[in-house]
Amino acid sequence: MKSDRRLKDSNREKRIYAFRTIVALLFVTLLVGALVFRLYHLQVVNHQYFQTLSDKNRMQLQSIAPTRGLIYDRNGILLADNQPVFSVAIIPEYSEAIEITIQQISSIINISEDQISRFKKRLKRSRRPFQAVILRSKLSEQEIAQIEVRRHELPGVKVQAELARHYPMASDTAHSIGYVGRINEKDLSEVDEQNYSATNYIGKLGVERFYENELHGRVGFQTIETNASNRVLRVLDRTSPVPGLDLTLHMDSKLQHKAVELLGGRRGAVVAIEPETGGILSLVSTPSFDPNAFVTGIDYKSYGELRDSLDLPLFNRALRGQYPPGSTIKPIIGLGGLESKVATREFSIWDEGKYQLKNDERIYRDWKRQGHGRINLSSAIAQSCDIYFYDLAFKLGVDGMSKYLGYFGFGKNMALDISDAREGILPTRDWKRALKGRTWYPGDSLNMGIGQGFMLATPLQLATAVSLIANRGEWKTPSLLKSVSSELGGSEGLVRSRQVDHSDIKLNNQDNLDFIIQAMTEVMHGKRGSARGSGRNAKYRMAGKTGTAQVVGIKQGEKYDAEALKERHRDHALFVGFAPVNEPKIAVAVIVENGGGGSRAAAPIARALFDEWLLVLNKQDQVGGSQ
Amino acid sequence: MSQDFLRQMPGAENHFQKSSGLAYKLHLDPVLLGLLLLLCGVGLAILYSASGQSAVHVEKQLVRYGLAFFVMFLFAQLDPIIYKRWSPWLYLVGVLALVGVLLFGIGAKGAQRWLQLPGLPRFQPSEFMKLVVPMMVAWFLSSRYLPPSFKAVMGALVLIILPVLLIVKQPDLGTSILIAASGIFVLMFAGLSWRLVAGFTVLVASFAPLYWMFFMREYQKQRVLTFLDPESDPLGAGWNIIQSKTAIGSGGVWGKGWLEGTQSQLNFLPESHTDFIIAVCAEEFGFVGVVALLFLYVLIVFRGLFIAVKAQDSYGRILAGSLVLTFFMYVFVNIGMVSGILPVVGVPLPLVSYGGTSAVTLMAAFGVLMSIHTHRKMLSR
Repeated sequence: MKSDRRLKDSNREKRIYAFRTIVALLFVTLLVGALVFRLYHLQVVNHQYFQTLSDKNRMQLQSIAPTRGLIYDRNGILLADNQPVFSVAIIPEYSEAIEITIQQISSIINISEDQISRFKKRLKRSRRPFQAVILRSKLSEQEIAQIEVRRHELPGVKVQAELARHYPMASDTAHSIGYVGRINEKDLSEVDEQNYSATNYIGKLGVERFYENELHGRVGFQTIETNASNRVLRVLDRTSPVPGLDLTLHMDSKLQHKAVELLGGRRGAVVAIEPETGGILSLVSTPSFDPNAFVTGIDYKSYGELRDSLDLPLFNRALRGQYPPGSTIKPIIGLGGLESKVATREFSIWDEGKYQLKNDERIYRDWKRQGHGRINLSSAIAQSCDIYFYDLAFKLGVDGMSKYLGYFGFGKNMALDISDAREGILPTRDWKRALKGRTWYPGDSLNMGIGQGFMLATPLQLATAVSLIANRGEWKTPSLLKSVSSELGGSEGLVRSRQVDHSDIKLNNQDNLDFIIQAMTEVMHGKRGSARGSGRNAKYRMAGKTGTAQVVGIKQGEKYDAEALKERHRDHALFVGFAPVNEPKIAVAVIVENGGGGSRAAAPIARALFDEWLLVLNKQDQVGGSQ
Repeated sequence: MSQDFLRQMPGAENHFQKSSGLAYKLHLDPVLLGLLLLLCGVGLAILYSASGQSAVHVEKQLVRYGLAFFVMFLFAQLDPIIYKRWSPWLYLVGVLALVGVLLFGIGAKGAQRWLQLPGLPRFQPSEFMKLVVPMMVAWFLSSRYLPPSFKAVMGALVLIILPVLLIVKQPDLGTSILIAASGIFVLMFAGLSWRLVAGFTVLVASFAPLYWMFFMREYQKQRVLTFLDPESDPLGAGWNIIQSKTAIGSGGVWGKGWLEGTQSQLNFLPESHTDFIIAVCAEEFGFVGVVALLFLYVLIVFRGLFIAVKAQDSYGRILAGSLVLTFFMYVFVNIGMVSGILPVVGVPLPLVSYGGTSAVTLMAAFGVLMSIHTHRKMLSR
């Protein structure tokens, strides 16, 4: 304690203190200098960098999905519209533990294992940051409320509304309108990704797919300002989306529904065409499915049931079912005979129910065991005599038959706006050599002459052909689309269509076609016409041709089931026809798989459709004044 | 040399005469009072913006300022001799209170800082120690021969380290650093030899790793790590510092304008009305605005140092100097941490950050300063 006893030296203390104050001033100045330097560095030197960071914090470029164009039938009845659907979604960036969040949500509302596994799949796919991943769609109002009430416990969870496609006619139009589904990576690779940056749905099938470009519209953009919790505060800049075009189809929803009713759940297809325009009035394949289930995503179980059903509801028979056309092509073979002068109107044969080629032991039989007796071209068509057409087929040969069948659109997809239709098979010598490695035998021609053998056609092709007959050879390319419209007015020039290369049929003698049509009228109204039962008591005259195709069977890997197999070995019933004969308004092709004879199973459906169209719907049209 | 310095202080002698009017009778220093009022006014303007234009926050802060100025006024009335006499007793009470905090303290977020004694309002003893530690060290040294001997220095260090350790245990790193600094500043002003300064610096530097290993809590270590590399955890611990740097940097030279700061108004900046309020100022008023605010602080510090130099006895001198420098340390540590040159320790920006406790303590210190300035014995002149 020696130093403490020293006398305090006040002056020395002051001196030291003054010096220390100067040091303190320097110290303060130095530290302030450091701060100023730091602030200068942040605010002046790196200002631009931090300005960008700050802008990125608050401003986001958002794309806005355009509203998908609506689809109407010819009378303005909605076939596809957009309805709000509520779904619960998770924004992964905001959810701390997704597993726990899912558990929490499933304790509030019902969520299946299937939905969870599909959510995880979607989660793995590449997506935009802060984009919500949908866990479950189609929430009820009660479910929305239950989630909203507990939202504060569920970070990153949101209930979002979106417009989802809705098909009011459900299964009736599944095979014609098709459906939209959630867009996937493969879809995205086929479209302009930027234009689809806000779009959730894309046309997967049918009209929805073919006219995807027209229906979709153009994406809009907006720059929005958000706060730290990503709440949108205001829109800084906006380019509105351009909604998709509205489509009006030739289809008549009532006729469409009538056709579905008439098929009555049997496996079959109906295609009806307006000959004057080529417009497709109805396009039905049954059994069908509910396309609405596919929009927001169908669950595995329901999809499995559809996929594995023996009746193939997912299979579009009208466009992709390829059947032996049977006797329905006889009018065209007959026309070919007349035009190429291997047949005349008067020429007749004596039919005993058998036909044999020279140097061939095989006996070709008529469907009528005892034969039709004396028979000419007209009665051969009316009674669907096979023997007459064996003879004609032999005379005309494969080349002649293929040529005339080709005129009527067989062997090609002739529809303007249906891209997934199959082409069937129009056999030629070259075709057989290339595919089967064998030459064409005369016997092949005989089979082809009655629509059996190698030839295959789709219901759409049959309808197209009969429509061309009804139109007296004047070609009208079949199409679903009647017109497009938008808020800006029509823009038909922009609408997509397939390249269809076809022209009117040039006949040596136009009377030949009239003669064939007369024979087809006999089918319906003649004393011995094969479909006279369906032509009876009509207020108008109609023309048609029945067909009965032996089953080759659509390859479908069915399980062996004796009872079902027996039923499935029955013949397919076919019918083509149009009405009224002189001023055709409607041409149809009907097929009922394993329905037995065409006259019994298929023709009545056509008759009912004629009645509906000519007597019920068209009448209404006139009263209603539309068109 | 000291004489020269005094002569160079502009108007030092004149000023003393001028201030011997009403303000002097009320024991207030008008210059310091004016600067403090100006700072509080600026602070309220920034707070209004930083709190999301909340009038409630501004009103509450206004009440706290009122209380703080009242405390300052009270403290200014007491003669420094009273502070000197009471220093050891206050220190004793403070240390006991800190022990009490560790034993029965209450608090939140894993730190217990408050003491609730029956019949008394809840209070924070560490806040009290911000004033008492420098008082105690000044009392201890001023009665001895200055510059202090080695033994005196060691004694003073013990007086400093005891409460600091107790506060570290709470844990409250920011406050303990500031209190340690305030004690050391007293030593420095008392004339601590530069050789010892160098020696202690080396000692502290070598102690740092031990401190890291044995005393720091996990969240404190995290703060330091985050400070060293904020981008390592941009959404977690690094978020605050990234957002505050973004706010400061995006302000540029002139700022985005009052109430126009996007970082603060859109809630990107966390703690925008408390510890990080300087970022709001920097964003809205730019480089020019922050430097002006810094200048205001520097003026207060300079005025404080001037008062200290003019003090009559060594107790008043070294205590005043230490209080002023501690005030400056608040400013430096706060702006340093918000701008990313210091780790984040919970130190508010004096008289601008929202909150009452620190404002009251700070104004009490200025009250002591004014007391030292205005209670003069004529004989010394």
